[in-house]
Amino acid sequence: MSLWSRIWNTVQGERLNREIDEELQSHIEEAITAGRDPKEVRRAFGCTLRARDASHSIRVVGWLESLLSDISFGWRQLCRNNITSVAAVLSLGLGIGSSVAAFRLIDALLWRPLPISGSGRLYVLSRKMIGLYDKPAEDNYWATPDFKLMRDAAKEQADLIAISDADRTDITWSTDDDMEKAHVAYVSGNMFPNFGLEPALGRLLAPMDDRGPGLSPYAVLSWDYWNHRFGSDPRVLGRSVHIGDQTFEIIGVGPRDFTGTEKGTVTDIFLPLSMNRLATQQSVSWHHTFLMLKPGVDRATVLEPLRQHLSAVSRAFEVECSTCYRGMTQASIDRFLNKTLVFNPAGAGISDLQKDYRRSLGILGLLAALVLLIACVNVSNMMTAQAGARAQEMALRISIGAGRRRLVQLILCQSALLALLASVLGAVFAAWSAPFVLSLINPPDNPARLALPADWPVVLFGFGLILLVVLLLGLLPALRASAVRPVAALKGGEDPHSPRRRMRGAIALQVAFCCLVLFLSSLFVASFQRLENRPLGFSTDRLLLLETVTGKGQLPVVWNQTAEALRASPGVDSVAISGWPLLGRIHINSDISINGAPPSPTPAWFLNVSPSWLSTMKTPLVSGRDFLPDDTSPGAAIVNETFAKTFFPGQDPVGHTFERGANQPLNKIVGVTPDTPYDDLREPNRAVFYVPFDEIDGQSAPKAVDFATLVIHTDAQNPLVLAASLRQLIAQRHNGLRVSNITTQLDLFRNQTIRERLIAMLAAFFAAVALLLAGLGLYAVLNYSVLQRRREIGIRMAIGSTRAGIVRIVTLDVFVMIALGGCAGIVLGFGASRYVESLFYQVKATDADMIASPTCAMLLTALVATLPAVLRALRTDPTEILRTE
Amino acid sequence: MAKTDALQGSLDLLVLKILSRRPRLHGYAIMAAIASTSGEVLRAEEGSLYPALYRMEEAGWIRAEWIKKDSGRRARVYQLTSAGKKQLGVEESRWQSISLAINRVLREV
Repeated sequence: MSLWSRIWNTVQGERLNREIDEELQSHIEEAITAGRDPKEVRRAFGCTLRARDASHSIRVVGWLESLLSDISFGWRQLCRNNITSVAAVLSLGLGIGSSVAAFRLIDALLWRPLPISGSGRLYVLSRKMIGLYDKPAEDNYWATPDFKLMRDAAKEQADLIAISDADRTDITWSTDDDMEKAHVAYVSGNMFPNFGLEPALGRLLAPMDDRGPGLSPYAVLSWDYWNHRFGSDPRVLGRSVHIGDQTFEIIGVGPRDFTGTEKGTVTDIFLPLSMNRLATQQSVSWHHTFLMLKPGVDRATVLEPLRQHLSAVSRAFEVECSTCYRGMTQASIDRFLNKTLVFNPAGAGISDLQKDYRRSLGILGLLAALVLLIACVNVSNMMTAQAGARAQEMALRISIGAGRRRLVQLILCQSALLALLASVLGAVFAAWSAPFVLSLINPPDNPARLALPADWPVVLFGFGLILLVVLLLGLLPALRASAVRPVAALKGGEDPHSPRRRMRGAIALQVAFCCLVLFLSSLFVASFQRLENRPLGFSTDRLLLLETVTGKGQLPVVWNQTAEALRASPGVDSVAISGWPLLGRIHINSDISINGAPPSPTPAWFLNVSPSWLSTMKTPLVSGRDFLPDDTSPGAAIVNETFAKTFFPGQDPVGHTFERGANQPLNKIVGVTPDTPYDDLREPNRAVFYVPFDEIDGQSAPKAVDFATLVIHTDAQNPLVLAASLRQLIAQRHNGLRVSNITTQLDLFRNQTIRERLIAMLAAFFAAVALLLAGLGLYAVLNYSVLQRRREIGIRMAIGSTRAGIVRIVTLDVFVMIALGGCAGIVLGFGASRYVESLFYQVKATDADMIASPTCAMLLTALVATLPAVLRALRTDPTEILRTE
Repeated sequence: MAKTDALQGSLDLLVLKILSRRPRLHGYAIMAAIASTSGEVLRAEEGSLYPALYRMEEAGWIRAEWIKKDSGRRARVYQLTSAGKKQLGVEESRWQSISLAINRVLREV
């Protein structure tokens, strides 16, 4: 109770003083009424001020009172320098906000454990091997029979869980026409129990759903999907969902937070692993295998023997596998078998998004932190300058008995005030920017989804950051100010150069950070530009892509008739068919064997295309001819220049033949095209061959096609305007063809550069902020130094120093600092760029223009920033200075 | 000075005792009561009475409230709390034991 009353008294300090005065006054009055001599009474009281002070200090909390007065004093200081204070709060707020936003994204994507029990005991199995072109590769996918063998082998120490990627799949809820997309994952029945998950509704999949192929047509919805697709309607239980030609019954809804193990994607529907036809295939690796150690198992002694055991089991399976190596050479088989099984901790989930963005987010976090550091150095400089101006005040405070602790508290209060104001701004900025950046990560029609809660790790990080900022800002100026020797300061300043020396050091630091930011962002921007300007070999203009599927497959003739019907539609310039679109992330390769020789070590990639596909894509022919309507596959082929160079060096390939693997039918090359990027814009040109869309089997009978892409060149600038009518046209033909996805070639191209565009954009933003802050800092420091050295400059001018000499003494040491800082920044940049090399496209950190552009930007900024101070120095009027001194 | 010295360490006891007999006294009345009941031997100085009052108030031994006097001015009156009553007992027994000890010393020498 009494502490509260004292705190209350502290806050209400003025009221307390009035009350004490009133009581003392009342006492004196009583005494006079009682007949005592007024003078004697007053004398007895002694100094009323002292009496009040003694009483006051009993009734308040001493440290709190001094803190409050320091805060209000600090606030007044900030208000007095309002422009610099606003600039400081803005720059710190931006720095804190971006750092917190980066932390939120990194934490949510990479660190935060999955909302399951025992996430610390969860591992994912993968195999390290030597991939194509002798590059190290990691294979995360497993065949189901292999998984089952390993599951049985490990069952004493751990549970093995199979989970497929949550692929965006066509599903139908009622009639055939209402097709929609959902993320569907196949999981083994032991996933939900092992993760300790309870249903929100109905039941979850259980080990009994692993019984056998096709025996468990049940589906579980995720809570999120149930909520946004069905408005949490409990009547969803028992409904049917059609996927491909299978029908599943909804049996339950998963727990609220669980969205699958794939960070960045929310799984909508969980299906039993056994219901996927691939689950019986020996040679198809299609799902992930997770390992959950049994509780209480000592991982130090169990993990390594378990790994070796599972490795042996899996290798035995692969050696035995009868269908795995059809047509492979012995060398390829050896390479395939030579791999190491590894356990990677997977408590935070696994996803391609994590792989793609781990380094990008790391580097963005670094850039944000650097901007915050630059802002801190700026504000710290500002406070040093103010502390210099306040040296006399500090000296006075010490002389009249202020403790040094109290002075440190005074200045730390001011920096804490700044940091708190900035953190409010930063919190707002982080709350907006983290979801904003997340929304830019994936294509708009399939956005990355990630829970970004602002819970205790984020708050803790924010507080840690604020504390760090307060110390960075305040501690040095505070210690400096408290180290003031009152005698020297009151006499007119001790060493006038010492704050300037410190500020010069700060300049070097700031320039180093700024150069690092500029250097990295110029690398990212150049990467993006070069990627976007890569020659394509085809035109993305006015190309509509209708990714079309059939339930059970349709003969090529049906596909060709559909294309013919589209061709007759108004607004359509030309129509062609390809197996899948270029740059659509689908890539399938094939062994190449020339003249019956064993297949070459490097494969080639292929695409089925209809006649006139080349002209629709505006891809020219280097030599030979396009496919004709009666060309079939196998039979004719068109190859690109890299293919020709790889397999027919120095010859004209037209007229030659090749086989797709040993003892396969011959393909005769009829034409050659220039190189085009195949599935990935970042990849170097690959050997690609095109084969006719019409495929025949061994008996020359046409083969049915399950899916293909209709490529439509439209008259209209925006090809999407035709999408709805063409889709309807296809549906009206009732031949089993359905449009599954509508996109444009331009969008596919843009989707390839999303990550590069995002990093380049954010890096450029950070670079601009860093440059602006560094410029402001430079300007402020130089201006301060010229003001401080006015007397010296005046004297130099008076004794005949030239203008060039003045400019030199004012700027020389600053530019030495800039040069030092710049070099340090670039060297740091080399180090940092090595970490993110994999994100660059045709850009090297050592390229001359990569070093030149940040250096030029820095120098230009430095020139602009120093100009006002130099002009001020030159305008110094020596007579005026000498007169005032 | 001699008078304050005599009070050293026992001002709390006197104030508590007086308030236990006559609740709701203001500062001057407490001072006057100390003087009159001690036969003008003991006198609490104004400069130490009020800090002592505030200290005891913060310790929760006495409670204060403002009342309106006939003259129209406000006065702050004090009364004992239950904690104060307990404290009075402690102070009293302490005083007894000290004075007993001092008496014994005086007798022995």
